[in-house]
Formats: sequence, C-alpha cells, structure tokens
Amino acid sequence: MQFRRLLVAMLVGAALLAAFGTAAGNGLTGKLEIFSWWAGDEGPALQALIDLYSAQHPNVDVINATVTGGSGVNAKAVLKTRMLGGDAPDSFQVHAGQELIGTWVKADRMEDLTWLFEQQGWTNVFPAGLITLLSTDEGIWSVPVNIHRSNVLWYIPANLEKWGIKAPTTWDEFLTIAPALKAKGITPLALGENWTANHLWESVALAVLGPEKWQALWDGTLSFTSPEAVAVWDLFGKILEYTNDDAASLSWQQATDMVVGGKAAFNVMGDWAAGYMSTTLGLEPGTDYAWSASPGTQGVFMMLSDSFGLPKGAPDRDNAIAWLELLGSKQGSDAFNPLKGSISARTDSDLSLYNAYSQSAAKDWQNDAIAGSLTHGVVANEGFMNDFATVMEMFLTSRNAQQAAYACDAIARQNGIGT
Amino acid sequence: MHLTRDRIIAFAVLLPSLVLVGVFVYGFIGQTVYISLTDWGRGGAALAENPQMRLIGFDNYKELFTGFLHARFRQDLVNAFFYTVSLVIGALALGLFLAILLDRQPRGEGVFRTLFLYPMSLSFVVTGTIWRWLLAPEGGINVLPAFVGLPTAQFRWISSRDQILTFDWQSLPAITAGLVAAVLVFLSWRAWRAGRLRRAFATLAPAILLILWAIFGQRVVPQMLPIPERHGFNLATIGVILAAIWQFSGYTMALYLAGLRGISEGLHEAARLDGASELQYYLRVAIPILKPITLSAVIILAHISLKMFALIFAMAGPDNASTGHPAVLMYLTTFRGNKFALGAAIAVILFLLVALFIIPYLVSSYREQHRRAS
Repeated sequence: MQFRRLLVAMLVGAALLAAFGTAAGNGLTGKLEIFSWWAGDEGPALQALIDLYSAQHPNVDVINATVTGGSGVNAKAVLKTRMLGGDAPDSFQVHAGQELIGTWVKADRMEDLTWLFEQQGWTNVFPAGLITLLSTDEGIWSVPVNIHRSNVLWYIPANLEKWGIKAPTTWDEFLTIAPALKAKGITPLALGENWTANHLWESVALAVLGPEKWQALWDGTLSFTSPEAVAVWDLFGKILEYTNDDAASLSWQQATDMVVGGKAAFNVMGDWAAGYMSTTLGLEPGTDYAWSASPGTQGVFMMLSDSFGLPKGAPDRDNAIAWLELLGSKQGSDAFNPLKGSISARTDSDLSLYNAYSQSAAKDWQNDAIAGSLTHGVVANEGFMNDFATVMEMFLTSRNAQQAAYACDAIARQNGIGT
Repeated sequence: MHLTRDRIIAFAVLLPSLVLVGVFVYGFIGQTVYISLTDWGRGGAALAENPQMRLIGFDNYKELFTGFLHARFRQDLVNAFFYTVSLVIGALALGLFLAILLDRQPRGEGVFRTLFLYPMSLSFVVTGTIWRWLLAPEGGINVLPAFVGLPTAQFRWISSRDQILTFDWQSLPAITAGLVAAVLVFLSWRAWRAGRLRRAFATLAPAILLILWAIFGQRVVPQMLPIPERHGFNLATIGVILAAIWQFSGYTMALYLAGLRGISEGLHEAARLDGASELQYYLRVAIPILKPITLSAVIILAHISLKMFALIFAMAGPDNASTGHPAVLMYLTTFRGNKFALGAAIAVILFLLVALFIIPYLVSSYREQHRRAS
C-alpha cells in the first residue's frame, strides 16, 4: 500500500515536472468549476485529478464544488436547482448511463461528446459495451472516470473454512447451505438499508435473467410481468428469508462489518467494499477477505461508472473540455482510480498500480460481458429509480412477488422505460 | 381614512418588507400551487431550460390519494398523524411533569432547567444522528439490559416492519365520520346534562346522520381503491417519536414553568387552606389556569411535527418507508424522481395541514390583541 502511494506520488510529481516544462505553451486561463459529491474518503482521489489538471493548466483557477451525501442524493438536488436557475457548473459528476441521459440529455442540456471520443481515440480503448451504455442514437454523453462492479459476493475465507462451506456459485447452492448457517445463529447474507436491497435485487435479477434478458427489461422488449421477471421477485423473496431483520437501520459498511466480524457469512455489495475492507479495516485482499462474482453471474460484469459531462452553456467550455480530456486519459484515470479503489474504464490501464482486488476486477472488465446497474443509474432513468425504491419498500413489507412485478410494470410505463 | 403624513411614512417604511414577503412567501406559495396543478415531470424533459407545463387540474392530488403506486404517500400521511399526536401528547405530558418537579424548587434547579432545555438548542440533524446510535439494533439502548445480566433487547427501533392499529384506507371516511359523531354525541350529552335540550338535539341529529352514513354510506359511494389497503401505526416510528419528545419536552417544560411561576402564591395558599392536597392543587387549580399555555404549546408542537424532515432523514435515512413522512417523500419525489408537479402537490397538502393548526391560532391571538387594544 505504502509503495503504491509512493508510486502514485512519483507519477504525479513527474507529471508536474513535465507540465511545467510545457506550461508556457498552454493558453488556457480563467476558471473551471467542477461539481461532485466526492468528499471524505473519495476526496484525495479527486484532489489527485485536480492537482494534475492544475499542473497542466497552471493559469486556470479550479473551483472544487462538492456537496456531500452518499451516492449524491443531496448533490443531485443542488445541481438540479442550479441548472433550473440557469447557473450550470462547467462540468459535473453524474452516474454514467440513463441517470444522465434520462435527466439531462432528454432535457437537451448536454453537449454531444462523440467528436471528443474520436479525437482522443477513446472509442478504441473503452469497451464497446460501455460506450453503448453511455450513448443514445444522438451521441455519446459523458466521459467515464472509473468503473465499479456491482455483482460481487464478499466473504472471509477463514470463516467459511470454519463453518465447512464454500462460496456458492448459484443461488440454489446458497439456498441449500443457508438453513444450516441460520441454525448456527449466523446470518447467511448480510443486508443494509433500502438501497442495498435494490443492489442485491439487481444481482439476483442478473442471475435469473442473464445479461441479454436483463438488458431486454430496459429496452422494453421483456415485460416486468413476464414469468421470468416474476421469478426474480420469487427468488429474491426466498433469499431475503436468510438476511438480517435489522437491515433497514444498517449502512452498507455495517452490513460488511457483519461479514468481517463473523456474524454473517456473505454480503453482496459493489466493489467499494474492497476499498472499505482494505483501507479502513486494514484487511489483505485475497487472504483476509475474498470475493467472487455474485451467485449465477460468472462471466458478467455488472458495471456502474462515475462520469463527467459537458453541460450546454458551460461558462468555461474550453477549460471543461481540457478537464474531460484529462479524465479520459490513461494518466488521469491511473492517478484517480488506485486512490478511489475503482478500476479504470480503459482497457490499457497500468495494472501494476492497483491492488489485488482491482487487478482481478480489471481482468474481468476486459473479458466479461458487460451489464449495466439499475441501483447506480446505468440502465433506468431517475424517475424509475426513485419509484423502484418505493416498490422495494412495498415488497420488503408484503413479500408479494406478483404485486411487486405489477408495480414495476406500472412505474416502467409511467417513467417511459423502453420508449 | 386620512392620508396623514404619519400613515404615508408608515406605509413607505413597511413597503420593502411587504414586497419581499409578498414575492418570496406568498408569490412562491402561489407558484407551488400552480405547479401542483400541472404535469411538470410526467414527460422525460423535466429539467429542460424551459420545461413544458400543461395544466391538468387536480390530477396529481387524485393520483396521490387513489393511485395504486402512492400507497407510500398515504402511509406517510398516517405516519404524520401519529407523529403529531404522539409528539404533542408526549412532550406536553413530560414537559408538564418536569415543570411541576422544578416548580417544587429542588436544589440545583437552575442546573436541571438548563439540562432539560438544552436538547432544544440542538439541530434535528444532531439529535437524529445521536439517537440513531442510541437505537442501533446491536448497541445503545438495546444492550442496556445486559449490564444487569438480562438478555439484550431485540426491538428493531427504526427498522421494524410491524404495524399495529391497522385499518383499511377505504374505510377512512367511515372512521372519520365515526370519530366526529362520537365527539358530537359527547357534546350533546353535556348539553343535555346542562339542561339545554334544544342544543342537545341540535348536535345529536348530525351525529346520527354521520353514524348512519358511516354504516350504510360505504355501499353507495364508489370505492376509492380497487383493493383493500392496510395502513396503521408503524412500530418503527417509535424511535423517531422518542427522539422528538426528548428534544421538545424541555421546551414545553420552560413554557409551563413560566406559567406555574406566574400563578400567585396566594392561590396556592388558598387551595391549601381549603384542604386541597398538592395533587389536587395541580389538577384542579394550576393546570386549568395553564390552559392558554397548553394551547400555544399544542400548536407549536403540532406544526413542528409536520416539519420533522431533518430528524427522519438523519435518523432513518431517505428510503426507510416505515418511518416515512410526507416531507421526506416530497423531497425525494421532486429532487430525486424529477416529478416536480407531484412533489408540489405533496407540498401543498403539507402546507394545508400546517395551516389547519396555524390559522385558528393566528385568528385567536389576533382577536385577543384586539380585545386588549379596545
């Protein structure tokens, strides 16, 4: 870890030197306001990017406007009031995919970035599956800074050995080992507040439907009331039987803590959990904790990505474009991602900079089929996501698969999914 | 009415605040009402530079009260009712109790007074965070019994999904009619006892009508929802209610203490001479005298309970529907779901609920001032 930090610092230093050499020739001046919800643990990663930018463009005054709050719930509200009031930042963080497209592209507030992708050669270094998720027929809308994986099952190998079980590769296997665990007083699957249930649901859905039918749900070619979609809720309900009953008052970190502390056997969470376990809890990836694709989703990488776009009417457009160029560059993404605990969206990133988990994720990223996450904004617009949280609450209380499936169908219609 | 110099100056001085309040308070209330009657957010381009809005009448309201997907809103309304009732009763009772204790002038009264009033100075976010820790399922209050050798408590303070006092949303009109009828019957009974027969019959007649309607009306009026929908008191809200009472009982204590200190010692002496016990003094003399204070406290607490957004958001998180409140739902609907018109409709409903408490209070205090002035 220390060594990696040192390496990053050296890289940044080298970049600084290189930049000072050429700074004289760089004509950008003025300011650049970037809007994000990266503070706290993620602050240093953003700062590394800003430092790089300042080194390349010393005459630009970078304004780092962050609004804190998990997965940006508050930042998005502030951004919306600013945009409606005609006070757009130069570039803002947004989950790549429909969260951006459904809200901002449909409202005609974003500039098409296809020309930038072509100019920078990004169409070759980002996987085609990713570019499809970032695009509509009219263009490509944002530059991905990082990639996180949603469908990961986490566990502590030493504990599994103690209990005499292996990590399940299908949900059926999970359902066969779960009753014995429960009888021993161990929670088979740790769960947290509402959104972590959504998160688990998408992994279950991907296992039941597979990547093509999962995508078909969002194209509108597979109905939410079809037998397969109802089966997702059925299986999800069975899995919930083996989760903790105090889920609603736990954060995702507390759910991870249950696994680490031996109170629970498994947890399905995005790979920010690796960052939490490695950095905050000081565990060694691969030995102290281990992971596999969530049951039934081997060979599929359910991705989510933070990205930055270019709003129409950005006050400092040239500076913002330079910012986007940096984000998509190998240098920029390899400075950011090791600190953030995510992987680069580029297939040519320097893997030696990353830890054991990220290296394995990066390998999967280059080989697996790609699916988009629902909970983290890739496949459905914000209206659907918001209503889905309500459907989930409904299901968590009623456990009625048929009702949940019909409710999903209704909110898909209301929010124009697949149109 | 003469335009004296005095009046002109007074008007000129007041004008800026009148304009500001007119625009920034009443103007925006008006705009919110207008937005709630449009379809802003139903299409895809809610956040366009000039979003398209079409007037659609009361469709959003109808949707909220009868739409299959808006059961969450209806449960939130039920929650809001229970939040209000519990906060008002809890904070009044505890506040009065503390005030009476302090009224006995114990040693260190000043310290206790500060101690009890202190929570009031905290913001809801701080209270919410502290109580979230206290009520954590595996820590805080739940592990207290372990210190005396008992098994730890298992209650899921803010994550329980159990409901008590459930009722069918369909029968809400009947329940309301029944409750109003009960009040009327009580009033009628009181009038009859006082020998005012005419008045007794005048209140009894509508009560009987209401009861008849509650029993038979349901068959005549078309059903609001296609299927029965159970709502009730969510046990998960108890944690939030505890935190709110903790925060505001000190405040009602201060109100009551001021009132108790305002009662002349002579009255207390007189009661004692007449042989009243201390309990009787408080029940029969002091509390009735404190009635105006109780009234203001009820109104202040009731409207605070409709603004518990921050407490719930900090304590239970945005999507914990069991502890939901219309204010939280309004925020999510508007700024997360981009359904601006629907969010505005929730805001208007909340505004009307607050007005229900504030306007009678304003009217009564205005009258009182008038009476004193004349």
